[in-house]
Amino acid sequence: MAVDIVVPNLGESITEATVATWLKKPGEAVAADEVVLELETDKATLEIPAPAGGVLSAILVQEGEDVEVGATLGRIEERAGEAVSTAAPEPAAAAESKPRLSAAPKREREVPAPATTPASAPAPAAVSVPSGLDPAAVPRSGPGGTVTLTDLQAFFEKASRDAVERSGPAVRKLIADHGLDPAQIPASGRDGRVTKEDVLSFLSAGAAPAGPAPAAPTAPAARPARPAPVPARVPIGERREERVRMTRLRRTIAARLKEAQNTAAILTTFNEVDMSAVIELRNRYRELFEEKHGVRLGFMSFFVKALVGALREMPQVNASLEGDEIVYKYYYDIGIAVSTDAGLKVPVIRDADQKSFARLEREIADLATRARDGSLTLEEMEGGTFSITNGGVFGSLLSTPILNPPQSAILGLHKIEERAVVVDGEIVVRPMMYLAMSYDHRLIDGRESVTFLVRLKELIENPDRLMLDV
Amino acid sequence: MSEARYDVVIIGGGPGGYVAAIRAAQLGMKVACVEKRGALGGTCLNVGCIPSKALLHSSERFAEAKQHFAEQGIQVGELKLDLAKMMARKEKVVRGLTKGIEFLFKKNKVDYVPGTGSIPKPGAVAVELLDGGSAMLRTENTIIATGSEPMSLPGLEFDEERILTSTGALELKQVPGHLIVVGAGVIGLELGSVWSRLGAKVTVLEFFDHILPGMDREIGAQAQRVLKKQGLEFKLSSKVTGAKRTKSGVSVTFEPTQGGEPSELKADAVLVAIGRRPYTEGLGLEKLGVRTDERGVIQVDGRFQTSVPGVYAIGDCIPGPMLAHKAEEDGIVCVEMLAGQSGHVDYDRVPTVVYTWPEIAGVGKTEEQLKEEGIEYRVGVFPFQANSRGRATGDTDGLVKILADAQTDRVLGVHILGPIAGDLVMEAVVAMEFGASAGDLARTVHHHPGMGEAVREAALAVHGRPIHI
Repeated sequence: MAVDIVVPNLGESITEATVATWLKKPGEAVAADEVVLELETDKATLEIPAPAGGVLSAILVQEGEDVEVGATLGRIEERAGEAVSTAAPEPAAAAESKPRLSAAPKREREVPAPATTPASAPAPAAVSVPSGLDPAAVPRSGPGGTVTLTDLQAFFEKASRDAVERSGPAVRKLIADHGLDPAQIPASGRDGRVTKEDVLSFLSAGAAPAGPAPAAPTAPAARPARPAPVPARVPIGERREERVRMTRLRRTIAARLKEAQNTAAILTTFNEVDMSAVIELRNRYRELFEEKHGVRLGFMSFFVKALVGALREMPQVNASLEGDEIVYKYYYDIGIAVSTDAGLKVPVIRDADQKSFARLEREIADLATRARDGSLTLEEMEGGTFSITNGGVFGSLLSTPILNPPQSAILGLHKIEERAVVVDGEIVVRPMMYLAMSYDHRLIDGRESVTFLVRLKELIENPDRLMLDV
Repeated sequence: MSEARYDVVIIGGGPGGYVAAIRAAQLGMKVACVEKRGALGGTCLNVGCIPSKALLHSSERFAEAKQHFAEQGIQVGELKLDLAKMMARKEKVVRGLTKGIEFLFKKNKVDYVPGTGSIPKPGAVAVELLDGGSAMLRTENTIIATGSEPMSLPGLEFDEERILTSTGALELKQVPGHLIVVGAGVIGLELGSVWSRLGAKVTVLEFFDHILPGMDREIGAQAQRVLKKQGLEFKLSSKVTGAKRTKSGVSVTFEPTQGGEPSELKADAVLVAIGRRPYTEGLGLEKLGVRTDERGVIQVDGRFQTSVPGVYAIGDCIPGPMLAHKAEEDGIVCVEMLAGQSGHVDYDRVPTVVYTWPEIAGVGKTEEQLKEEGIEYRVGVFPFQANSRGRATGDTDGLVKILADAQTDRVLGVHILGPIAGDLVMEAVVAMEFGASAGDLARTVHHHPGMGEAVREAALAVHGRPIHI
């Protein structure tokens, strides 16, 4: 019986996804709940498990194509529980059993070299299973020495791990540094090994199109009879360009930003804030804070706290438009923009008003780390009521952020810089930061936005007011 | 008292510490390295690997001239040893290298703080400066890289005159008539070889019934035969129970490990080389709450972090082989992970080399380990007797032994006794980093005539088809 693989419900406001990678090939055995493909959605990559065990009989949507929720992606011919013959890339020799080796090693005996002798070129297609495998090495735990589904799974899993293990220290580090799934990287090395060049072209081909390649590619060694990696490298010195397909995430970022600009009446208001008090407070308690809470005291928690204070006083800023209605939200879910190699992500801190400084710092650190290693869930990036973006970490002096719809406002933080300012008729040096708040003028008036930012400035310049709520 | 802020402060300027310091600086961190010896390079450069290699080289030349020149048709007059000059050369080598690290520190903008460091609390390193005064360094991360010190035996207190550590044995003013070496490990065999070549009678007492505990037994047994031929005397299964200073030397008592009559052996000096233990005294670890095991080895997690957040440890004072190159790799991976990168050091792929002649080298599993772990394997061996280059240079002692997985053919261990074994084993280390098979080694072209051909032949022998034997 055939079972369809369908696009599951992807959660709030997501109706479309792109098929990123098929991890199985037609004809390959799959177990129930084993991941068969990966979908890219607006915000994250989802693993789609097999609805039943059996053999993948059809792939209906190819990699790179868009699909809607409920669409059929492929089909599995059910053969659950039954012992299957190996569906490995080279199934021919599956049934052939080799003479068992005796436990006691013998020297100087002519024994055919097992497994790894060359000649077998790696499979050219998506390599979810390393090539150069020895079908005879598949464990046979089924009745009469047959190969069961579990045997096969265990075998492939181990083979994929082995391929990385055999790919050398530089490749192992690259894969770990970028949190890559090795099974997705086409391997061009001997006996299914992934070369450093393979990883670098994989990264530049899609895994991180926005950022530069993390390491300078080494001069490719001469490797006869292998297809050129994509995109093809051009000798240095020529005028070089390359075309790389946008990832789903990048396309979504593009669409959402343009949608915000087309829909909202965006305006930006500016102010500047003297950071002396916060810096002083932070310096005074930094060590104590870290000792007690095990997390560094940063500036973000102060801004989140101050924001919540100001949002409470001006509920329009925390509201959104839905058709002809204004939806006021009396909970404070603050999105924190995180720049990652894959693109901008905005994980959300829920109920920020109810959290301590330490808890905020810890959550921000955790969300940022996971945004970078790609382990955020969809839910963690949904439903913020207001966002903060900090261009200051890259040295920005002043910028105008774009709204993150359906939110109505976004706060831009910038770098702290010592500047000459006049206080009580005297020129003094103060650590200053420009604040920028972009807002949807349809909903928020100029007076409110300016008052909001002034209020924020007061709270940051006098952090004791945060405590007293005045 | 001055105060400075750092991203990383490293206590200990040995191979682990100084390499970590340079790598951290390369990664853009502000780094200080605290070292109390007054010279960088740690045990290895000052009183270990480097001076011993200098003396091994000099003494080997001496032995060669004495024993092997004549057979090659080289006549020399009376051969004389100028030990003072040999020692001076060794000192010069050491000084040059330690100064070299100071230069590397300057080049990489690492602050070198000569003094004794301790950790009063996480995020701070207190230093008693060598030239007086003290300093308090504030730091985000602290790395303990204080290394190890020689272990003593009960009843044999070091005086560095008659009862020696390796340090003392590298600085003898004259060749002892009779030197007893307790412990047939790396240090014992190397320093035993030095003094034996320079004319001393050398007796090696070993607790176990074989030399080089932990290394492949077959290689060890062959090495013992070769070293015996060179004049070293071995008394295995001997438990040393005490040593007495006499008017003219020292008298060492020992008994069979299985029990039995004690014996006594007189000598001019005794070198105790039974191993090393972590050196962490004065750091304030107990007060800080850093967890150690019963032997004082600091416990760390996969990121080299101790039980105290922000305090890390690398090298000889944590688990793993006590080797300079292992400490270096610990240091590099530790600071790279501080910089947000990933990493891992696989101690199964750390080579061990004994710089006797012939050299003894190994990486990966020994045959004994494979048997114990129940792994099916194949063995390929090839003797240097059948290697043309070895024949040409007269280096025919020894063999290459390759252990490969019986199912997958993956190289699991390579053990070599032979000329330049330490350099030869490196091709195996690289191969193992890539999970290579014996077939890969066998199908890699090796230059002829070369010692490396023995590695290829041993790989061929794994499948029973060596060419030259």
